[in-house]
Amino acid sequence: MSTTTLEKSAASAESEAPAHLITVTFRVRRFNPEISDQATWQDFQLEIDPKERVLDGLHKIKWDHDGTLTFRRSCAHGICGSDAMRINGKNRLACKTLIKDLNPSKPITVEPIKGLTVLKDLVVDMEPFFQAYRDVMPFLITKGNEPTRERLQTAEDRERFDDTTKCILCAACTSSCPVFWNDGQYFGPAAIVNAHRFIFDSRDEAGEQRLEILNDKDGVWRCRTTFNCTDACPRGIEVTKAIQEVKRALITRRF
Amino acid sequence: MSADTSSAVDPVEGVSLYDVDNPAPVIEPPRKRTKKTPKSTRTNFELYGWLFMRLSGVVLVVLVLGHLLIQLVLDGGVSKVGFAFVAGRWASPFWQGWDLLMLWLAMLHGANGLRTVINDYAERPKTRFWLKNLLYAATVFTVLLGTLVIFTFDPNIR
Ligand code: SF4
Ligand code: FES
Repeated sequence: MSTTTLEKSAASAESEAPAHLITVTFRVRRFNPEISDQATWQDFQLEIDPKERVLDGLHKIKWDHDGTLTFRRSCAHGICGSDAMRINGKNRLACKTLIKDLNPSKPITVEPIKGLTVLKDLVVDMEPFFQAYRDVMPFLITKGNEPTRERLQTAEDRERFDDTTKCILCAACTSSCPVFWNDGQYFGPAAIVNAHRFIFDSRDEAGEQRLEILNDKDGVWRCRTTFNCTDACPRGIEVTKAIQEVKRALITRRF
Repeated sequence: MSADTSSAVDPVEGVSLYDVDNPAPVIEPPRKRTKKTPKSTRTNFELYGWLFMRLSGVVLVVLVLGHLLIQLVLDGGVSKVGFAFVAGRWASPFWQGWDLLMLWLAMLHGANGLRTVINDYAERPKTRFWLKNLLYAATVFTVLLGTLVIFTFDPNIR
């Protein structure tokens, strides 16, 4: 990182009455396969408003300091789920994490999520994650003729799976799960959450099939109730509870 | 190119082994789901395994705590335990049954727990295979030996 950039941004910040700005160190995990096979830490000093988000800090780095920094983001408002990363050792969305909530007097570490192949800097290969998602058939399946009107449902029936409809497929949960880290075969919390969304939907008729898929040796039974997923979910979904509900449905189906 | 080299990762000893046309190999996730991954196992084995762990756990709490209480706390503690004490207890079918049940449940509970640990932590399929075989052999041996002793115990042995 060149010192000239630093001085320039510091100087310009001073001239614009920077009373609300603080100096924060971003410690970013960098990996570029075109340069080295090793990932390294790189520090960036930023003058930034503590009420801004980690994503704003990453933008500042990319736009003002080092254009080679690579990360995913799209909506910047916690909806698209593309910027899950490990910030200060915890999986979060960079666009929903305020710098003031992170103890900015210490360096803020930003790493890619774990358990998936890092392609460059903070970008990982999401394919195994989406493969598990596709495996649980996350779409409405019905038999018989299509009704001419919408498929109606009572408010209570809708309430049953309300929590799991909120998933944005950010992979924060799956990539925080130690069972998934050790062995990428586990379906992972996100796939189970999205199966839950249809298993408990009164309009759907393939719940049996989905339960059978999750009864697999790499399905719900590998869950150790570590609760990392519930802690990580930026949408506040009770992920572990959803997994337990699927287990219970499997058991009550048998006995 | 050299400009961003200095900004991103320092090449080892000045020369980079990798470049745009020859990127470094990325680290694959442990076992990526591929076309070759064995298809789902349509059995209820894991379901019954999970249920067994919960149920045997509850029963073991009673059995093991009772066992520890009798052996280590009541009637002068561990100093009373000797050949005569064991012989006296095993004269009753109740204690024989207690110990037999405890042996089987504890061994299967522990073996299934270790099986999960091996599944989680052994990385190569071969390591998994051998560790699990070792585990199963040890389990079968211990359970059979223990059962044999409980049933053929002779208090008059010299
Ligand atoms: S359950 Fe939560 S953490 Fe997991 S993918 Fe969905 S939104 Fe992300
Ligand atoms: S950028 Fe869309 S969720 Fe953060």
